[in-house]
Amino acid sequence: MRKIDTNDMLLQVTTKITAFIILLFSLHLFLAGHNNPGGGFIGGLMSASAVVLLLLAYDLKTVRRILPFNFIYVAGVGLLIALLTGMGSFLFSAPFLSHTFGYFQLPILGKTELATAVLFDIGVYLVVVGVTMTIIQTIGEKE
Amino acid sequence: MNNLVILPILVPVLSATLLIFMNKNIMLSRGFSVFASLTAIACNLFLVQTIFTNGIQTLYLGGWKAPFGIALVADQFAALLVLTASIVGLVTVLFSFRTIGKERERLFYYSGVQFLLAGVSGAFLTGDIFNLFVFFELLLMASYMLIVLGGSKPQLRESLKYIVFNIISSALFIVGVACLYAVTGTLNMADLSVKIAESGQTGLITVISILFMIVFGLKAGIFPLYFWLPGSYHAPPAAISALFGALLTKVGLYAIARVFTLIFIHDTGFTHTFMAWLAALTVIFGVIGSIAYSDVQKIVIYNIVTAVGVILFGIAANTPASLQGAIYYLIHDMVIKGALFMLAGALFVYAGTNNLKKMGGLIQSQPLLGWMFFISALSLAGIPPLSGFVGKLKIVEGGFSAGHMTFSILVLLSSLLVLYSVMRIFMLAFWGEEQDMRRRKPSIKGMVYPGVLLVILSLAIGLGTEFIAPYINQAAEMLSTPEKYIQAVLKE
Repeated sequence: MRKIDTNDMLLQVTTKITAFIILLFSLHLFLAGHNNPGGGFIGGLMSASAVVLLLLAYDLKTVRRILPFNFIYVAGVGLLIALLTGMGSFLFSAPFLSHTFGYFQLPILGKTELATAVLFDIGVYLVVVGVTMTIIQTIGEKE
Repeated sequence: MNNLVILPILVPVLSATLLIFMNKNIMLSRGFSVFASLTAIACNLFLVQTIFTNGIQTLYLGGWKAPFGIALVADQFAALLVLTASIVGLVTVLFSFRTIGKERERLFYYSGVQFLLAGVSGAFLTGDIFNLFVFFELLLMASYMLIVLGGSKPQLRESLKYIVFNIISSALFIVGVACLYAVTGTLNMADLSVKIAESGQTGLITVISILFMIVFGLKAGIFPLYFWLPGSYHAPPAAISALFGALLTKVGLYAIARVFTLIFIHDTGFTHTFMAWLAALTVIFGVIGSIAYSDVQKIVIYNIVTAVGVILFGIAANTPASLQGAIYYLIHDMVIKGALFMLAGALFVYAGTNNLKKMGGLIQSQPLLGWMFFISALSLAGIPPLSGFVGKLKIVEGGFSAGHMTFSILVLLSSLLVLYSVMRIFMLAFWGEEQDMRRRKPSIKGMVYPGVLLVILSLAIGLGTEFIAPYINQAAEMLSTPEKYIQAVLKE
């Protein structure tokens, strides 16, 4: 990433606002996946793009201070979550990757459908974010 | 409901994921990969035995019945190959300890190996043609990573070619699957077989079958499509070449065997004759390559091409005997190619060169390496008490009974030249006067033993033919009666 010495105030201020909107939108896409277009993959890409916007407005070091994760491990955790979700069915002696759902009364949201497929999607989400950010950071660091 | 079938895939994937977190601690990742490989072998042994007593095992992922969900189907053929692959995987991991170097080990090497094994096992076990594509991509991605890992100049050059050819063949695979789906409307292999039997194998389906033969031929290294293979297998370190040489081309062969014994079986006069011609040409060109070079690794690599041709001929002849022979030879070849690559790798480290003309007299200082090379050379050529014999015998027997006289004789003659090519390594490198006395030879203590393990396994396969014959016969019987496979998958 090039060192930014020009005055990028406008870009940086807009980024501060936009990044949150993008993150919220990615969360919406992620949760909407079951009944509407969206899901783990596109949600993950959207979140990564919010971070990429931060990378454009600030530099690599600043963003690393904001998000102090090793993104390779983020991808690993995502993979692990997806696999364990699949293996969860072993406990109920159902075939691998069997999913289930149920309706629950939640405090604020009321009657909500909760499905184990979301857990798998969280795994996908984390893998996508982890892989995208690893690629971008690695290429950005190389001189 | 049978989660046993997923374990051969799940164990490597899970351990690959856990190995990502262990990349800093080399000793831990070494120990864990050995543990994971041993677990995988135990699962696979259990799977083989279960199939032997209870017949074909199927698992519908997520509980969705075939043809709507993804079915994993473990018949004896697939299970035996998965077992062999996991054994080769374990030995490769052991071989890597001494040869691969700390730098590579830290860069997720063991994770890559486990992902590759997962892809290979998945490709063997899946019963869905698109899922087969996905597992192909999994093993190819892992192999891209392994072939380029370390980033030396030849590796970068050859990995570029390797990746380009494989991306093209993957794109063709997708096109083939799309055409097949457009014609039949299903992706499940058993259901495909039923649908094609109902509508009759039209010209269009035969065209698609040839497209699949091209795709799998690119992966397996069949005659006009093997051009990428010698370079790419030469570039990476010996441990990785051993893994590639033992497993990757065999997955392509497995896919050909599966597709042409289950799905495209109604126009054998055209497809299987075409395949027999390709097999014969593959044998010829493989043999020419292995005689032409004085480079130890190149000789071993061209012997892969020859073996691919021999196995393909067994599949093409399509008689019970030749299928048995093909299965036998496939297993033998996975083991012995792993052994040869590892021994050649140790030889390279010791002699400091791959050029046969610069070696000589090594039997004095390295008797174990020399004699192991000798035994594996005999086994490769198919000398009776060793493992290569029965497979080739059955293939030739099947070839004669299918009426392919010339091709069968060609396969027999090729053994002679294969023997010559490998014996040349033994005679030039291990006999005669020791050359290059001034150079201090590096210690290769411990590098030979993994190769020895595989040679012993090959000996055991050869001597214990009586013991494993029932398993092979069952596998061949399942291959030649697709009805059983269909029944196991589409049962009500």
